[in-house]
Amino acid sequence: MPSTGRVEARLESSLESVDQAEEMARQFAEAAGFSEGDLDKIGMSVREGLVNAIHHGNKYDAHKRAGLRLEMEGPNLVVTVTDQGSGFDLASVPNPLASENLLKQTGRGIFLMRAFMDRVEVRRLSPAGTEVRMIKYPTPANGKEE
Amino acid sequence: MSIKANTRQVDGVTVVDLSGRITLGEGSTILRDTVRELLGRGQKKILLNLGDVNYIDSSGIGELVSGYTTVTNQGGHLKLLNLTKKVRDLLQITKLYTVFDVFDEETTAIRSFT
Repeated sequence: MPSTGRVEARLESSLESVDQAEEMARQFAEAAGFSEGDLDKIGMSVREGLVNAIHHGNKYDAHKRAGLRLEMEGPNLVVTVTDQGSGFDLASVPNPLASENLLKQTGRGIFLMRAFMDRVEVRRLSPAGTEVRMIKYPTPANGKEE
Repeated sequence: MSIKANTRQVDGVTVVDLSGRITLGEGSTILRDTVRELLGRGQKKILLNLGDVNYIDSSGIGELVSGYTTVTNQGGHLKLLNLTKKVRDLLQITKLYTVFDVFDEETTAIRSFT
């Protein structure tokens, strides 16, 4: 798998940035040799990360930016998404698979990131903001893709 | 590309042929408005044909769930037709596949409303 260096962007807090980030991540991962199935999972996870950053974090504030960093650590893709919002407590995010939450309209973003990426870490930034770091291991060529 | 929604009547059921992406923003809004408009006209038997929907994000899933609960709460039925593999997989991992009535054939789906 070829190395593709690092890509960083500071994005406006708008819906257009979500599409832009998803496309950037797909192109970066494709250049790094990830399979089509992995590209879908990476694209979806970056999309969910940016939606959280812009919608829930920055609340579409034109003065705030969302950060996107894409880099390779060996064969693995590392995606870092940051916002400048007030942060949130990961433990307070309800389990969307629980029967009482199944028919709720929201609350599936973090769950999908965890389902599609191999590692997801969330931490608060100082003085404000949240950082979501996601890692995707490449699916072996003969591996089974879900 | 965002979403397009065309409606047609089949044996008293409103079939909504959707194509494109159901994502945060226009895609979710069009789906929400379409369902609300149908309910406003008293059309409570709704079959969403997702055969040409190849992408749904968490907001789109939320909109499907919201449409389902809104229609159900008004005494109607909202069912799904022709899921692509990606959408089917997404509904399965979110445990929503068993919540919705899902069909692969339109005639069978239409018949299920009677």
